[in-house]
Amino acid sequence: MSAETVEKAIVTKPAEALLSKRRKKLISDPLVDDNPVTIQVLGICSALAVTTQMKPTLVMAIAVIFVVVMSNFVISLMRNTVPGRVRIIVQLAVVATLVTLVNEVLKAFAYDMYKELSVFVGLIITNCIVMGRLEAFAMGNKPYDSVLDGFGSALGYSWIILAVAFFRELLGSGAVFGVPVYDYISSLFGPDFTLATNGLMVSPVGAFMILGIIIWVQRTKTGYVEH
Amino acid sequence: MQQSNTYIITFSVILTVILGLLLSGTSQVLGPMQKEAIALDNKKQILGALISGDEIAAMSPKEVNAYYESRVSTVVVDINGKEVTEQDGVAVTAETVDVAKNYKKPKEERLFPVYIYHAEGNPDDVANYVLPLYGAGLWNAIWGYIALDTDMNTVGGITLAHAGETPGLGARITDSEVQSRYVGKTIYDESGKLVAVEMQKGEGIDYSNSPHKVDGMSGATITGKGVNNMLYNYLNYYQAYIESKKSSTAVAAL
Repeated sequence: MSAETVEKAIVTKPAEALLSKRRKKLISDPLVDDNPVTIQVLGICSALAVTTQMKPTLVMAIAVIFVVVMSNFVISLMRNTVPGRVRIIVQLAVVATLVTLVNEVLKAFAYDMYKELSVFVGLIITNCIVMGRLEAFAMGNKPYDSVLDGFGSALGYSWIILAVAFFRELLGSGAVFGVPVYDYISSLFGPDFTLATNGLMVSPVGAFMILGIIIWVQRTKTGYVEH
Repeated sequence: MQQSNTYIITFSVILTVILGLLLSGTSQVLGPMQKEAIALDNKKQILGALISGDEIAAMSPKEVNAYYESRVSTVVVDINGKEVTEQDGVAVTAETVDVAKNYKKPKEERLFPVYIYHAEGNPDDVANYVLPLYGAGLWNAIWGYIALDTDMNTVGGITLAHAGETPGLGARITDSEVQSRYVGKTIYDESGKLVAVEMQKGEGIDYSNSPHKVDGMSGATITGKGVNNMLYNYLNYYQAYIESKKSSTAVAAL
């Protein structure tokens, strides 16, 4: 005799909104509260290397956003089929392929930018943020959420490197995006006024200092304390 | 189950094949466009030693190609200044010579392209001779093109490029301000010796009275030395060709 079964109306959960509160947090958290560069301290290498001028930094930021979002998407799609023991290598293979694709496309359509960025695009593979997000999020979450998370992390990284590049280029070469700002300011104050550029800012030491100051300002504002 | 060895191996093989196909496919599709981009970039660099960077930037790729076609003719010579038209049965033109690859060969075996800048449509009315350069900077390779006036002594212009110099320091060799320092300098001294042009250490000194010295780049001395060596070496390699052109213009002037 089969036990009596009570029929329950099947309640379907309403599909989560495309930009629900939880999903918005995926994008907004990495911008300040959980910033990959200043809080998690990832991706420092390229934050120092490429930020001497704003233009290559901007292209780098776009390339990183593309690589992180696409790799998060691909790995998330594959997350149930990837064998656990080789997952890091699989992630690496996917990221390396994407980075090579970016390089080839740059070489074909934006050769001048390709020349300026030279090795830096290839070094995106070594950026800890990329692998970090894949391992921490994409391997265990659905594709759309992974894309949002990747986008948020890459945005958090991008605004930090653009800020560092802004100060490094301004203080180190007296220009912003190639526009000679120092010359303009000097011309406003007459012929005897010169603004000296700071050579330290052009080297990675300057980048470290600016990054430190940004971390300091950010943590003062958010009250984040490491435990 | 998922974790069995066969599964892992099969998965890895399939993934490798898919990624490999994707990469080689992209390479095939983008290959021709990349070659065009590189060839265009080369032409821009050669023209950069002759006309201003702003003029080049204002031209569309088609215009650059057309301008190059009508104003530049090429010849390839060996270390003795003799023209080379084929090597090992393969036809040789300036476009097929890879200066970077040739850099690795002993100088007797190298091919040296020369780009001759002449009046439009008239290859005999020569304005400048452009010689490619290649050498080592601080971190990686540097290269460029130097334009000589028809007296084969005065520098008409120079373009410099690099593979990985430090932005803001060695990378300044690509600045038009730094390259313009070479205009008007001479490569032969009074006694007829080929001394090339030397970039000095430090920056800010006026060398307008020194025909063989140019102001350096502060903080980028080693890159500057790399440029000096590159210039000296290549002008020496081309010396046979330069001398042959010198004597022919001297005869023509008589």
